[in-house]
Amino acid sequence: MEVFSATNLAFILRGFGKTILISVLAIIFSIIVGTVLALVKQYCRGRLRVLSVIASAYIELFRCTPNLLWILFVYFTVNGNDVLISVLAFTLFTSAVMAEIVRGGLNSVPKSQFEAAQSQGFGFFQSMRLIILPQTFRKIIPALFGQCTTVVKDSSYLAGINVAEFMYCSKVIMASTTSLSQILLVYGFVFLLYFALNFSISLAVRSYQRKLVAA
Amino acid sequence: MDLFDPVRWQATFASMDTFWEGFGFTLQVVVAALILALVLGTVLGIFSTTHIKVLRGISRVYVEFYQNTPLPVQVFFMYAAGPLVLQSLTNAPTPVRIAPFVLGSVGVGLYHAAYVSEVIRQGIEAVPHGQMEAALSQGFSRAQAYRYVILPQTFRIILPPLCNQALNLVKNTSVLALIAGGDLMYNADNFVSTSGYLQGYIMCCFLYFIICLPLALLVQHLEKNSNKTPRRHRRKVAVAAGREA
Repeated sequence: MEVFSATNLAFILRGFGKTILISVLAIIFSIIVGTVLALVKQYCRGRLRVLSVIASAYIELFRCTPNLLWILFVYFTVNGNDVLISVLAFTLFTSAVMAEIVRGGLNSVPKSQFEAAQSQGFGFFQSMRLIILPQTFRKIIPALFGQCTTVVKDSSYLAGINVAEFMYCSKVIMASTTSLSQILLVYGFVFLLYFALNFSISLAVRSYQRKLVAA
Repeated sequence: MDLFDPVRWQATFASMDTFWEGFGFTLQVVVAALILALVLGTVLGIFSTTHIKVLRGISRVYVEFYQNTPLPVQVFFMYAAGPLVLQSLTNAPTPVRIAPFVLGSVGVGLYHAAYVSEVIRQGIEAVPHGQMEAALSQGFSRAQAYRYVILPQTFRIILPPLCNQALNLVKNTSVLALIAGGDLMYNADNFVSTSGYLQGYIMCCFLYFIICLPLALLVQHLEKNSNKTPRRHRRKVAVAAGREA
């Protein structure tokens, strides 16, 4: 039996589309949440210090526990469609990583930038939005995109809760055959597509990094 | 949600045996995978800094393949195709079963070897050639130069990212749960799906925390140290040169 029939191929590519959809949504949300977490951890002082401690605890909690645990956890507790569950689980988890990346970027912006902004009459939020964050993001873009490849790769954990993403779809196809050559063929296809997607992200990051160093 | 229901917590604590069993298995896989990743990663890292093109190519291809494809897919592949491949290689009558321990430690070890290799490469490249030349010109033998000049600098650079890799490695062993591996994640998930008590995940979270938090703190400590010493040194140099940093 031939595994690469038109219907099978359409099925498997729909799964690939879902992988990309989930990854993109999760990355966007976790960059937003991660930035907020980093700002809270870094700048909530004095009476707001408790918020900073909470943000630190959140980051440590998710840094020290596996992604799959939170996927299963959200799957168990939240009712919703598979995309919602997946994006929620990945946002929970990836935000903590993003927060650490953003914080690294914030630390690399010289303190004098902040002081200069304040001496010019910018408030905290104005100086963040107009002066500090643009510089931060320019520096951390390589790390952020590096994390994107991680999210794309880790989305295959979702096969564990039967979300019809790329890995799951190809497993379904593979279950229909027992011949080794057909299984190898499907795996080759899966590896190739994941590789093509992630490698192009990596190449884009590298060329950006070279430009950054040259500038 | 009955998060604070004492009955449910009691049931969770009553089946701590399975949790500890999974915990122990996860630890075994972690140790085996870590050894594999460190050994293979160091070899590949050294390959990528040699002048021999073939070795550099091998290392490059390996790293790109493993870093750009998902770990679950790699492990699934070994799980599904491995027995059939072994069967056709050894002419066995039935597919050769691979133990979860082997799948886990080899799968995760090979995956992280790629990351360790990159860390090693960056560590070697970060120490300038001039350091070796300077040490040799001061009368150090090559072995002494490595012992006293090169390796201490390399270690300081690679230790924090290596510990970070160890942390990720621990988390990634949970991939075994996807193929019924009997690790901590799998046993916890089993408990939750048979009892329906969320407490199993919380316990699992806590047990992973026990392994990972010391590693995370170690990374933080090492990063602080590796930043501190050079900076203090730099200021001393600047002061000695008559200009305050």
